[in-house]
Amino acid sequence: MAAGDLDKFKSDGTRLGNLLEWVDARFPATAMWRQHLSEYYAPKNFNFWYFFGSLALLVLVIQIVTGIFLVMHYKPDASLNASGVPVAFASVEYIMRDVPWGWLIRYLHSTGASAFFIVVYLHMFRGLLYGSYRKPRELIWLVGVVIFLVLMATAFFGYLLPWGQMSYWGAQVIVNLFSAIPVIGPDLSLWLRGDYVIGDATLNRFFSLHYLLPVLILPALVVVHLIALHEVGSNNPDGVEIKKKKDERGIPLDGIPFHPYYTVKDIVGVVGFLFLFAVVVFFMPEGGGYFIEYNNFFPADPLKTPQHIAPVWYFTPFYSLLRAVTFPLFGIDAKFWGVVAMGAGVVIFFFLPWLDRSPVKSIRYRGPIFKTFLAIWVVCFFILGYLGVLAPTPGRTLVSQICTVIYFAFFLTMPIWSKLDKCQPEPERVTSK
Amino acid sequence: MSCDEKVDCGRRRLLVATATAGGVAGVVAAVPFVASWMPSERAKSAGAPVEADIGRLSPGEMMTVEWRGKPVWIIRRTSEMLDQLAKLDDLLADPKSDKPMQPEYCKNVHRSIKPEYLVAVGICTHLGCSPTDNFKTGAESGIAADWPGGFLCPCHGSTFDLAGRVYKSKPAPDNLEIPPHRYVGDARIVIGEDTKGA
Repeated sequence: MAAGDLDKFKSDGTRLGNLLEWVDARFPATAMWRQHLSEYYAPKNFNFWYFFGSLALLVLVIQIVTGIFLVMHYKPDASLNASGVPVAFASVEYIMRDVPWGWLIRYLHSTGASAFFIVVYLHMFRGLLYGSYRKPRELIWLVGVVIFLVLMATAFFGYLLPWGQMSYWGAQVIVNLFSAIPVIGPDLSLWLRGDYVIGDATLNRFFSLHYLLPVLILPALVVVHLIALHEVGSNNPDGVEIKKKKDERGIPLDGIPFHPYYTVKDIVGVVGFLFLFAVVVFFMPEGGGYFIEYNNFFPADPLKTPQHIAPVWYFTPFYSLLRAVTFPLFGIDAKFWGVVAMGAGVVIFFFLPWLDRSPVKSIRYRGPIFKTFLAIWVVCFFILGYLGVLAPTPGRTLVSQICTVIYFAFFLTMPIWSKLDKCQPEPERVTSK
Repeated sequence: MSCDEKVDCGRRRLLVATATAGGVAGVVAAVPFVASWMPSERAKSAGAPVEADIGRLSPGEMMTVEWRGKPVWIIRRTSEMLDQLAKLDDLLADPKSDKPMQPEYCKNVHRSIKPEYLVAVGICTHLGCSPTDNFKTGAESGIAADWPGGFLCPCHGSTFDLAGRVYKSKPAPDNLEIPPHRYVGDARIVIGEDTKGA
């Protein structure tokens, strides 16, 4: 779809028309509008699950806008002020108490972080349900997993900034994960921290990265994600290709223009989301201790670890994978293999497009094996997430070990059972009620 | 790619050579940026030794001092506590302190210069949390019925005895680090420096 002269806007003689013609002769504005909105044909049977992509974009905008305003008051400084409180911690308190509307901007940002992960997890789960990672959409999926990784890094860097007890010890644990790597590990974690313990150097570099990643890298990746999507076209709940059946103008029979149909539909999703978001921001901004943890209301104390430390809820499934490995393997200690399990838990998503050998894409036409295994896997993911916020006991460790085995077995055995499954035939065209 | 009459091989070689040289220069240019993440001279010099007054420590008590930003514990052990140490060998991962987690002069059953006083870096060797002291014994401790007193890391459940030795089958791989230290008189300890001046 090269932007040829056909796509250029021809003025109708009005001033606005003349302006657009002038711009269009110099920049493919009309062509881009058509290619990505008014003439991007999306399947007509999108359901509820298709809200979460545009909602992720909305939350990204919320995070960037609130973040830019928080930076105007926040100070990344670990030194103690005259009252003996770390400057960074005090500046967050200052935003909450003294900056006009500062509490709102900060709660929007802290709630937005959790909302981002809720929306992205649901967006990824949609991909699992309908096989959106399958050929020809592998690259969309791969870029998506990279976005997820960058999102996790961003959230981790951001969590250190309030410089509370949980910020401090959470960062201490995660940076020390790297020290588990044989040979280079200790130097690597020293390099990441810039000091022998988490300190002012760490706080400042995390602050810098917490700006760089979401403001520059994430939007760039989102653009790549969308360009790749618009190149091959959207999947749909039936998992059939709408491009196979086109009318005489070359438009998919089951496609409708993204704008106005899905822009309007997505506004419904946005309104619904903002309702729930506002409820959390105004009535339960701490999210019951899950969105902002209680220990983070204490300033960072390098000499004392809180009784119970746990990462924020969105990291806990992967944190449980880390804790599940309690035994050494091949002469390397458990600490290293725990880190490997945690990393593999995320990295395995990259291989999904090639692990799935099913003849059909959507769960609607897949057989009982997939439905059962996916349900079990989801339950395990929730159990791992729940155990990750609790202190370890021998019983809980055993449960998390069982769930860890299931978590990985789901993926690793997928090439076998996805071929054996009794699938129903896919319909020729999308179905909608 | 083979060279034929359509390709000017001399130019191609020059292009490959300049592109390689440019690439090398690009990598070299990254060195200062990557190196800037290493600890600064200020951070390195902040590792100066600290002195602690242990005169007011009564038996069974511990105190914490800060050295290189880390908590360093000084524990004055009672004779019952010391008697326990030799009985735990079967339960510990490294009972003889074979791994170099302590200066040579602390490679003994009590892992200290004077048996009574233990000086240890209070950072778990697993992922760097600071373990919590629990000197109560038995079921009263809330850890185990046969708990002889020691340290429990709140993060991942590693346990250490009163010489900072790690129990078997725990996430932490090593005993707690014993920092270099020396006595200045009876009631003062210098942490971060020993008689060799290290």
